[in-house]
Amino acid sequence: MLDLSSTSPIFSQLNALVGGLFLLSAFGLVIVRQAQACLLIFIIQSILLSISAFLLGYRDASYHLLAVGVLTLVIKPALIPWLLRRTVRQEIYTYREISQVLNIPSSLLIALALTLFSYFFANSLLIIVDGSFAKVNLPIGIAGLLLGAYTLMVRREAIPQLIGILAMENGAFFAGISISPDLPLIAELAAAFDVLIIALVMGILTRTIHENIGTTRVGALTTLKEEPNQ
Amino acid sequence: MTDRILFNLIQVLVVMVFAPLTKGVLNRLIEQVQSKRGPSIFQPYRDIWKLFHKDEVVPEQSSWIFRFTPYIVFITPIFVALLIPVLTAYPLFFAFMGDMLGGGFILALGGFFATLAAVDTSNPYGPMGASRTRMVGFLAEPVFMIVFFTVSFVAGSTIPYIVQKQWVTPLTNFFEPSHVLLMIAFMMLILAEAGRIPVDNPSGHFELAMIDESKGLEYSGRGAALMKWGGSMKFFVLICIFLNVLVTPWGLAGKQVLWEVLISIPLILLKVFVLLLFIVVIESSLAKLRLFRISEFMGAAFITSVAAMIAQLFTT
Repeated sequence: MLDLSSTSPIFSQLNALVGGLFLLSAFGLVIVRQAQACLLIFIIQSILLSISAFLLGYRDASYHLLAVGVLTLVIKPALIPWLLRRTVRQEIYTYREISQVLNIPSSLLIALALTLFSYFFANSLLIIVDGSFAKVNLPIGIAGLLLGAYTLMVRREAIPQLIGILAMENGAFFAGISISPDLPLIAELAAAFDVLIIALVMGILTRTIHENIGTTRVGALTTLKEEPNQ
Repeated sequence: MTDRILFNLIQVLVVMVFAPLTKGVLNRLIEQVQSKRGPSIFQPYRDIWKLFHKDEVVPEQSSWIFRFTPYIVFITPIFVALLIPVLTAYPLFFAFMGDMLGGGFILALGGFFATLAAVDTSNPYGPMGASRTRMVGFLAEPVFMIVFFTVSFVAGSTIPYIVQKQWVTPLTNFFEPSHVLLMIAFMMLILAEAGRIPVDNPSGHFELAMIDESKGLEYSGRGAALMKWGGSMKFFVLICIFLNVLVTPWGLAGKQVLWEVLISIPLILLKVFVLLLFIVVIESSLAKLRLFRISEFMGAAFITSVAAMIAQLFTT
């Protein structure tokens, strides 16, 4: 029979597993080519985040963390994809290939370097923070943050860029729940709704861009062009 | 002592006898998923039997490498089967002859000779397939290395018999992130090494798209039979390493008695069958990748294994 008391090592093991999969999904965002798959990976990542929050909340008997878990579970895997589907046209999701600034193998190596960096970075932070959960969540959360930022930089398509921002937020939360279990609920609420608003605004912006210029390849919008004089 | 030698021989026999069956079951299941009836699961045995009774044709331009390769391809998985746990949880007679790295090298030797033989035939498709296999091979090599080093770092040993106990004692170790990531990485490695679908289409007969199959195109008669049998044994051995060392080291014989060893044979077949179901799901839901996207697939496997290593090094 499994020991289900809150001090059982199985919780930190489960959390470590969730952390590993979270890291994998952050890599997935860098690898994947279709916008559709990007969105799917983001959904999986958000579910993993909420599982981690539930595990932490159960261990610390902290209602804040349970509330974070519920909020995450409602907003990120369900509400944001629904919102994006409503605001952004369907054909954007059906592109087979998203153009990237760097090709995927070199992106992977950079992602690897970022992960190593975040582990080294978190190692010096872990001296102040204690707990077996923080040891997993902090470096992986920072890695998620950096990989989200990286996705944001290299993608040239609006929807994956938006997902990069949301993944950054996921990473920050993943690290945050482990080091500050008693974050006031109001801050979490504000953050959660912020994300929702970001998604909404970006979705509408993307729609407008698409309506105006017929594409969402924002990478092509870096230089100003004038109509050539005949 | 004699027991251990006997069990080791039983182990090799199991690999030799049941390896074609895995291919047969896999082919049958894939066809059934596509709502076809599919060939009998014993079809690979019949193929091998038929090929043994046919005449052999050897290309005029080829050298001794072409003639020797089927034997090497056939014999290398047998050597590996001596080293890895197929039926027993305790080390057998030959277990300390070589570790996992040794097993990897022996398997790579077979692949190396198959490549040379493909170039040797002067069939235009042979070298093409050979160079592609090498491309997949050198992309798979770092993954194999990292998986191997992480596993042996955790267990403090490179002998597969000792490694297998590490992940299940206590059971919570099974859910360690590094373990799960290693399983994913090794699964991708098996798919690449065995030429299964995201990397290569084993049932495709279009020479320009072939990777693994085109190496054996020139073989006929006994050579072809040995190549087929050796290929399926390699697949079976890889599956055994995956199942018995990394994923489910349960159901292996714990005591040195004959009936326990015999009972573990259906158990390993059951485990292989479950894994085959999983492979069928992968094969039926994914498409073959374009050649230059294989590097991305193997890159993903590499990243997964490195993430496992990082998670292991920094959290213990």
